[in-house]
Amino acid sequence: MLYREAGDFKTTYVDDSQTFPIKFDRAGFWVTMAVAWLVIPFVINDYWASSLLVPFLIYAIAALGLNILTGYCGQVSLGTGGFMAVGAYACYKLMTAFPDVSILIHVVLAGGITAAVGAAFGLPSLRIKGFYLAVATLAAQFFLVWLFNKVAWFYNYSASGQINAPERLVAGVAVTGPNTPAWAQYLICLFFVTLCALVARNLTRGSTGRKWMAIRDMDIAAEIIGVNPLRAKLTAFAVSSFFVGVSGALFFAVYLGAVEVGEAFGIQKSFLVLFMIIIGGLGSIFGSFAGAAFLVIMPVALKWLGVDVLGWPTDLVAHFQLVIVGALIMFFLIKEPHGLAAIWRHIKEKLRLWPFPY
Amino acid sequence: MKDIADSYVTEDGRTIGKVLMDMKNITLRFGGVEAIKDISFDIREGEIRAIIGPNGAGKSSMLNVISGFYNPQVGEVWFRGEKRPPMKPYQVARQGIARTFQNIALFEGMSVLDNVMTGRLRQMQTGMFAQALWWGKAQREETENREAVEKIIDFLEIQAIRKTPVGRLPYGLKKRVELARALAAEPELLLLDEPMAGMNVEEKEDMSRYILDVNDEFGTTVALIEHDMGVVMDLSDRVVVMDYGRKIGDGTPDEVRGNQDVIDAYLGVQHD
Repeated sequence: MLYREAGDFKTTYVDDSQTFPIKFDRAGFWVTMAVAWLVIPFVINDYWASSLLVPFLIYAIAALGLNILTGYCGQVSLGTGGFMAVGAYACYKLMTAFPDVSILIHVVLAGGITAAVGAAFGLPSLRIKGFYLAVATLAAQFFLVWLFNKVAWFYNYSASGQINAPERLVAGVAVTGPNTPAWAQYLICLFFVTLCALVARNLTRGSTGRKWMAIRDMDIAAEIIGVNPLRAKLTAFAVSSFFVGVSGALFFAVYLGAVEVGEAFGIQKSFLVLFMIIIGGLGSIFGSFAGAAFLVIMPVALKWLGVDVLGWPTDLVAHFQLVIVGALIMFFLIKEPHGLAAIWRHIKEKLRLWPFPY
Repeated sequence: MKDIADSYVTEDGRTIGKVLMDMKNITLRFGGVEAIKDISFDIREGEIRAIIGPNGAGKSSMLNVISGFYNPQVGEVWFRGEKRPPMKPYQVARQGIARTFQNIALFEGMSVLDNVMTGRLRQMQTGMFAQALWWGKAQREETENREAVEKIIDFLEIQAIRKTPVGRLPYGLKKRVELARALAAEPELLLLDEPMAGMNVEEKEDMSRYILDVNDEFGTTVALIEHDMGVVMDLSDRVVVMDYGRKIGDGTPDEVRGNQDVIDAYLGVQHD
């Protein structure tokens, strides 16, 4: 009975176009925010941070980015891993070249550099579409990984070819490097997730988002109506790459600390993020979070179930994990091709009528 | 022919202004096929101008030339008394020319409201950074344009479906939403490609009324392609008739109806 729009009258267009038009949703959102910002930082420990929350938050940013490009603008990309690498290496170069500048600025700048690179690789999208564009972005993936392996300048000529995040402080607390407390890791990621989600939501509900969706749904009609297709596609590539770059920078600097490019940002990463948005729901902000949560939590949950509850050997569980995650992906796509976001939407539609469905 | 600067008042009291769009000797080829052969005609401010002809006559191609989708090999397009250089469709749209399509071309994944709002891109100029913050100007602009869009939604009586995804709507309503999207741009010239195709009599009457109202209330110039002769002859001020890419008739509905070429090629004669 709580979930109602009846009686919740909108008297201005501003009210009507807000993100959560239903009161219960709004309350839920603020509760989530309060728990995320005010409760979790105090109870978090190393295990929860490194195996669940931090990767979830970082992948959520990457999924948001890819969802803008693929879900909202309809341009398939398999270059996410490569663009994450651009963010990571840009962040590394900035951190080592300007050690006095705040890491927060470096992460944002790394996003900006990735946006420029992403827009450049987005140029072919004006001519090629669909699977062919996917192949073109695949080329970006392999080229970028090769570049960061090959050109020693990117990893400051280190002998191992790896990049290592030096320690950086925000307000006197280490957020990168080996001495980082779990809650600081978590909070800096949460900060960027909140920022990115807000920006993504604002862009997609305004005229920019409508341009992207128009291109996605019918590019010819969009052009006739006054959408400049080149501009729309390139802005989608740029904004998407910005998010992906930020997530790559955080993945390197905050989460892993040391990165070997082929291992951390290989083609599997591109597929992983693509699966996240497909499972979560294309063209949905909530779906980006749901998909990231699903693919981060599922392996951990299965491992816990297999090793801790059932007492199976670790290697067996590790293999089963792959099988089960794969099967679950297929199951979800058959049951609900529009992803977790669609399931959530159906539940909400049912809830609005519950308990009197007629 | 009347002089270019001339304006006149129709029988039902509407003022037809000077020439808004002037097509001069347009020839359009696709490889060896000549879709349009040396056609000239004009569209005057405030009038309803119909283009008719049998299938494959080049009517839709003509509309595509006007909306910038095709650039003719020969000929000139004059708009508002200026020669128009070759343009991309989105540039043409910004000049104030909007259109609908023969096969509905709505954005299926978006709600009716979003579809119609997309029509107002010409009026929405805030940059992406302002929109990302959703502050001040971006929000104000969104609200102002929403108001304008709501007027059009009221006008076309589609209030009840404004939040419905377009993919779920029946055909007749989709046609209406497409008209709403074109109208949202507040165009000077509205191009309608078979606005009544596949409709029943009632829906056709509704659509005709909307077209007349648009022309009357907003003063929008309308150019339309239509096969229903009853509708065409009732609605339009002047009619161009095409056949095999050629213009075979041009004039008021009565003139066209009496034109022997037009009767032979398209209208036919009544058998008693």
